[in-house]
Amino acid sequence: MTIQDEYRKKGWKDLPPGGIVDRPATARDYKTGTWRAFRPIRNKDKKICQNPEACLVCWILCPDAAIIRVEPNELEFDMDYCKGCGVCALECPLKAIEMEQE
Amino acid sequence: MAKAKVLGMMGDFAVAEAAKLCNPDVIAAYPITPQTIIVERLAEFVADGELDCDYICVESEHSAMSACYGASAVGARVYTATASQGLALMIEIVYITASARFPVVMTIANRALSGPINIHCDHSDAMLARDSGWIQVFAEDCQEAYDSTIQAFRIAEDKRVSLPVMNCLDGFVLSHSIEPVTTLPIEDEETLDGFLPVRDPLYKLDVDAPIAQGLLALPEFYMEIKRGQQEAHLKSIDVIKEVIQDFGDRWGRYWPVVEPYQMDDAEVAVVTIGSSTGTGRAAVDELRAEGKKVGLVKLRCFRPFPVKDIQAGLKNAGAVGVCDRSVSFGSTGPVYADMAGAMVGRSGPIVKNFIIGLGGKDITIDTFRTMYDNLYADLAKGEVEEPVEWIGVRGE
Repeated sequence: MTIQDEYRKKGWKDLPPGGIVDRPATARDYKTGTWRAFRPIRNKDKKICQNPEACLVCWILCPDAAIIRVEPNELEFDMDYCKGCGVCALECPLKAIEMEQE
Repeated sequence: MAKAKVLGMMGDFAVAEAAKLCNPDVIAAYPITPQTIIVERLAEFVADGELDCDYICVESEHSAMSACYGASAVGARVYTATASQGLALMIEIVYITASARFPVVMTIANRALSGPINIHCDHSDAMLARDSGWIQVFAEDCQEAYDSTIQAFRIAEDKRVSLPVMNCLDGFVLSHSIEPVTTLPIEDEETLDGFLPVRDPLYKLDVDAPIAQGLLALPEFYMEIKRGQQEAHLKSIDVIKEVIQDFGDRWGRYWPVVEPYQMDDAEVAVVTIGSSTGTGRAAVDELRAEGKKVGLVKLRCFRPFPVKDIQAGLKNAGAVGVCDRSVSFGSTGPVYADMAGAMVGRSGPIVKNFIIGLGGKDITIDTFRTMYDNLYADLAKGEVEEPVEWIGVRGE
């Protein structure tokens, strides 16, 4: 259970004072993907990524490092952190990514 | 055996002496009239080796409070002082310090806020911080300002409270007036003979036991955190009373959160905060000698607002005038607003508001006579025609 889940179960009387988090290194549990209004999807006609020598423009430009290389030329979205900004869809030279409303 | 000394000190000197006695680890302050003497005096103590303390010369009040926040976060005992525009500049961090539950003691030498620019006393600066989450105490005289400073560290650092405390003394009227002040006869300066132990923080930034502090809290947590802050603040009234009692038992001076004066049989009464209380007492004595049953209730602790004590303090008065040395434009004075809230749903006296002494306008015995006459007139009519009246303003 993440610390967020743990704190969500607590009422105001049981939360630590002063808005602190009483242990370190919990930011990694904070899933910012919930902020997303649009989600990236693979263009059904053109898989991500068709290019045998993947250009990795999306991987380079994603501001949240939410494009993951599962294989050298095979890419996936990390939906825990993708905030749906759409940079990948805009920049992909093959137009292999589209944005869809959540 | 250490002996108490009676020294002629102006309020600012008295506060500096008291702050020095409490041995702060860090002072971060920026000079501003009429608080300047406090921080100059403390800087002298540090420079002369009389006070072992990190004195941070900051470039603004915003930085002063930021440094205080940081020092309190690591468990230090922290002191600062400001007034008027200085408090206005630091207000962002004033709020943040309270919400983080970091104890800091700050003296405000009350001075009117601009504009027009003015250096004299009113309470508009302290009232700017009314909702900041700081405990706010107002002094009637220099002795009280001295004693309040010492009590403030104990209250602020008590783990059940762990909140910053703002001690207010009226600019010039107290800050620059010499009065006899009795110092504490202290043997053990480390802990003030056990009254003020070394700070044991509620939590602190510590590399060996890391926590995360100063975080973002979005809707799912913000309101819960604020509710906790409110609870700590409301409950601090019990600790404040405990500290007042302990201080009085040790050194013989009790400073109740609400102090009624000649209220037992009072028909009309005024509620005062700060130095005008002394003038009010003199007016009560004069009017009593003329056979008028008037009384006064001094409100010392403004935040937390001691609702039950003030209700009890008013006894059986038929008409009560609440004196405000500031105004919430478009509404009433802030003390009156709280008083009116305390009376809701109770059958009690007629309550009205007097706005007095803005920007250093003199508050004299005649000012009080005018207010008492006004209250008697309303009492005779059985109702308040003008709920808010400005006293002593030309052309009114």
